[in-house]
Amino acid sequence: MLGGDPHPVKPAPFSYADPGSVEEALDVLTAEGEGAKVLAGGQSLIPLLSMRLAAPTTLVDINRVPGLDGITAGPDGVRVGALVRHARLLASAEAAGVQPLLRRATANVAHPAIRNRGTTVGSIAHADPSGEMTAVLALTGGSVTVATPGGRETVGWGDFFLGPLETSVHGPAVVLDAFFPALPERSGTAFAEIARRKGDYAVCGAGVVVTLDADRRVESARAAYLSVGLVPEVHDLTDAVGGQPVDTADWAGAGELARGLVDPDGDLHASADYRRLLVATLTARTLADAGAEALARMEAA
Amino acid sequence: MTDTERAISVVVNGVPREATVPVRWLLSDALRHGLGLTGTHVGCEHGVCGSCTVLVDGQPTRSCLVLAVQMDGHEITTVEGLSRSDNRGGQVLHPIQEAFRECHALQCGFCTPGFLTTIAAGLDARDPSVEITDEEVDELVGGNLCRCTGYANIKKACRHAAARMRDAAATDVEAAR
Ligand SMILES: Cc1cc2nc3c(=O)[nH]c(=O)nc-3n(C[C@H](O)[C@H](O)[C@H](O)COP(=O)(O)OP(=O)(O)OC[C@H]3O[C@@H](n4cnc5c(N)ncnc54)[C@H](O)[C@@H]3O)c2cc1C
Ligand code: FES
Ligand code: FES
Repeated sequence: MLGGDPHPVKPAPFSYADPGSVEEALDVLTAEGEGAKVLAGGQSLIPLLSMRLAAPTTLVDINRVPGLDGITAGPDGVRVGALVRHARLLASAEAAGVQPLLRRATANVAHPAIRNRGTTVGSIAHADPSGEMTAVLALTGGSVTVATPGGRETVGWGDFFLGPLETSVHGPAVVLDAFFPALPERSGTAFAEIARRKGDYAVCGAGVVVTLDADRRVESARAAYLSVGLVPEVHDLTDAVGGQPVDTADWAGAGELARGLVDPDGDLHASADYRRLLVATLTARTLADAGAEALARMEAA
Repeated sequence: MTDTERAISVVVNGVPREATVPVRWLLSDALRHGLGLTGTHVGCEHGVCGSCTVLVDGQPTRSCLVLAVQMDGHEITTVEGLSRSDNRGGQVLHPIQEAFRECHALQCGFCTPGFLTTIAAGLDARDPSVEITDEEVDELVGGNLCRCTGYANIKKACRHAAARMRDAAATDVEAAR
């Protein structure tokens, strides 16, 4: 038998509810007030409980809420429900077909065992600037759907992320899904990061989208970075490569431009200068790959 | 509407269990303190080391990163449940367990349960007739930390076990002819 003597455990005491609908979840969140927190995959929240960096009075577990586990890929983009685990998004060929960055970035999120449980929407709600999916939401110009007792609304990424682990959503709210717009025509993407161990949070990472014009010249080049700022940052690098033929474009120059645009902090693992160097290198590398992919997609079309 | 204790029913290593658990128990607490299944080792208790990995409905999961109460209605396999009983009252180890023994893939053994559950699930899920690649092996072991072995023998064990499973599958195909 389980049970018996409750042995010392790490999380501080809390109470637990596992509502069966979004409305019921909002009711519990409202009734329990400030101390209540949504529990999705728990892969960020439970470590915080065990380290006692968070001590919510109530956990509102949304894992039994029906209808939140869908991936819908359409011509406009991909909608990912709040209970879609990283592993399922990684495996979705439909999602990758509409927006290839989803698979490319998800492959870099944590280790397989953590991807089996952690959710993509949870990582966005967690708003960690070292997270891959916050950067991808920003780079693709995505949004989230937020349910509150007052109704449902769509919040664009720029209005959603306010700071590290801080979003514009306050009070009782459940993020129902995240929407990632489709990759435009004549475009290619790439994603790369440097981590101390594959699957760990990146020391620095970059995701990019390159779009070509009908003459195979660079029309636009944009990049989003992780672990370099307080919120996901998107930088337009078109000034360095715009109008250049894709096969001879000055990707290294775009890397240098990006190096000057970011303002990272140093920490135990990397100085600010080293992070700037990584930004330059990863930018040049990923832009070249994305440009080649855009060309290949144009030729295939 | 909210509880500090919950009655749950779970299947652990094939055995149905009913219990009342404090909601703040992690699955690792329930396994070790509640059931005495101390094969599941707890190192970092925040998801990094992988030593506490168990299978939830067959999927590798950190037992330090889920609450026991969330396991209601689910099936859990710990390292104690990886072996199968033969029909003579004995136990047959999983090929990865055999391979760990043959390849000296453990020293102190602290990390071993997490490696075994993770690798066993990964090997069971793949097509055994296809030769395992170095990349696959890296992905299988990459989420777990070992402070003793330097990983070389753990990776060797993965390749050994995969080869043994390929031979076994080939024999099954032969036998079915
Ligand atoms: C060892 C380790 C390595 C990791 N490496 C990476 C990595 O490299 N990159 C990365 O991006 N992540 C990484 N993670 C974190 C992982 O991706 C988490 O899955 C993710 O950050 C949070 O998702 P979750 O579903 O687990 O959310 P939870 O842990 O359940 O919740 C996190 C926070 O978001 C809130 N929340 C979650 N879902 C909702 C919702 N639907 N509505 C409202 N609020 C919500 C919770 O209240 C909580 O505050 C790692 C985790 C570990 C343990
Ligand atoms: S104890 Fe769970 S991952 Fe380290
Ligand atoms: S054998 Fe000692 S930690 Fe792996």
